[in-house]
Amino acid sequence: MLYAILCYNDEAAVGQWSKSHDDKIMADLMAVQKPLIEAGKMGPVARLMPTTAATTLRKTAGEPIVLDGPFAETKEQFLGFYVIDAESLEAVVQVVRDLAEANPGMGSYEIRPVRDFFPGAQVK
Amino acid sequence: MNDKDANWIGLVIAGARAKGVAALYRYFRDLDLAEEAFQEASLRALKSWPRNGPPRDPAAWLILVGRNSGIDSVRRRARFTELPEEDKISDTSDAETDIADRIDESHYRDDILRLLFVCCHPDLPATQQIALALRIVSGLSVKQIAGAFLVSEAAMEQRITRAKARIAKSGAQFETPDAADRAERVGAVAAMAYLVFNEGYTSAGERAETRATFADEAIRLARLLLGLFPSEPELMGLLALMLIQHSRDAARFDAEGAIILLDDQDRSLWNRAMIDEGLALIDKAMRHRTPGIFQVQAAIAAIHAHAKTAAETDWAEIDILYRVLERLQPSPVVTLNRAVAVSKTEGPQAALDLIEPLADALGNYFYFHGLRGGLLKDLGRTEEARLAFDIAIAHANTSAEALHIRAHLDHLSTPESV
Repeated sequence: MLYAILCYNDEAAVGQWSKSHDDKIMADLMAVQKPLIEAGKMGPVARLMPTTAATTLRKTAGEPIVLDGPFAETKEQFLGFYVIDAESLEAVVQVVRDLAEANPGMGSYEIRPVRDFFPGAQVK
Repeated sequence: MNDKDANWIGLVIAGARAKGVAALYRYFRDLDLAEEAFQEASLRALKSWPRNGPPRDPAAWLILVGRNSGIDSVRRRARFTELPEEDKISDTSDAETDIADRIDESHYRDDILRLLFVCCHPDLPATQQIALALRIVSGLSVKQIAGAFLVSEAAMEQRITRAKARIAKSGAQFETPDAADRAERVGAVAAMAYLVFNEGYTSAGERAETRATFADEAIRLARLLLGLFPSEPELMGLLALMLIQHSRDAARFDAEGAIILLDDQDRSLWNRAMIDEGLALIDKAMRHRTPGIFQVQAAIAAIHAHAKTAAETDWAEIDILYRVLERLQPSPVVTLNRAVAVSKTEGPQAALDLIEPLADALGNYFYFHGLRGGLLKDLGRTEEARLAFDIAIAHANTSAEALHIRAHLDHLSTPESV
């Protein structure tokens, strides 16, 4: 079975990390991941940019609305994610529009640029 | 409590500080009292959180505990009153849920904006605005701020006390601002955040750790603001501008502390994560199609960031963007900056023609004489160049600037034939 592990934390507190503290945490996390990657068990890992870099597309009865900022509702649950390589935010928004059209109704997509991407091992 | 606890709690408190002090300031309407109350709440958090675990909403916890402790201290000052048991105040799990529901994000937004806005009170000179923001909003100690400004702790303490007194005298507005007031406040606060950022590159230019203090805090302020006003393109531009400029920090000075110009910097030392975030923010801002001064400056910085080598820089595009900036914010300094682009696209004579009329306005400006000297040198007018460089040194703000110009002068002394 493949599992996704989603990371949550207090962004304001993480924003207080010094460069050296950040480097140390990243190295400590990498030490946990390394044997898993070598065993072919850990796939891609992404560290996202802060929510200030986020854009959200919300489905509506008509045209979806594109909003600045992160997804903020608590009435909906995190159900899946995509990783996409795109030239611009505009290009991603277009893909997300297509996704929304393919799956109309309720829901939102938060678009968040990836800060660091580690491809990891090829799992399954 | 072990060091690990103190460490994460310290970071959570620092992250919640702006929200906490801002809400307490609304409540007590007194900066000192708000700061003291937050400080007291922080001390209690250090005791309580390792035992009880972190609260669900640290900011709300700190505000509630700070409010109770502030009320106590007001009462204590008024007359001696029995203090409540500490555990009664700290044990706030039920009350916390309640207050977290009542203080929603939009409430915080105007609180934080008010707190930032009093720091950029028009009566306060720029250095006091910066010192006050670093003390109250960022929570730096007076000692740290004094160190950054290269003044004594006593002098900084006095400066901050005076600034607070002036604010207390003129009074802050506590009613909820309307849209126009809010927009004006955001503009003033954004400008103040950029002042904090630039302070790191002027007064403190030589010392890496001081520069980083100003820049990091300014970036946090800009991030805080953008978090509160997520669809304001100028705030995206401001944060992007700071991130891209600061991404070059490790490459800006040589071992002797002399400035290394953009052209000569080792671009592998630039911080890619900061550049990428800056570019993502510019991308977001552009969707709004309402250019502003921070967005345009960020776009200029982005063009440098895109160029893998100095030679690949798109100077023609930079020239265009500076023309846009001249239109948005006419200023001789902007024209001076455009002249650098013009020197690359049309040559030194065209650039010199562009800046000569600025001599009156920028006669005391280090960069004017430095650029003028460089252009004259490129035109082979050695004696005039030497004179311009001498004037530049006389107007240098930091020894790094003077060192940089001396290197030019040394270069001029070398016979051309060698």
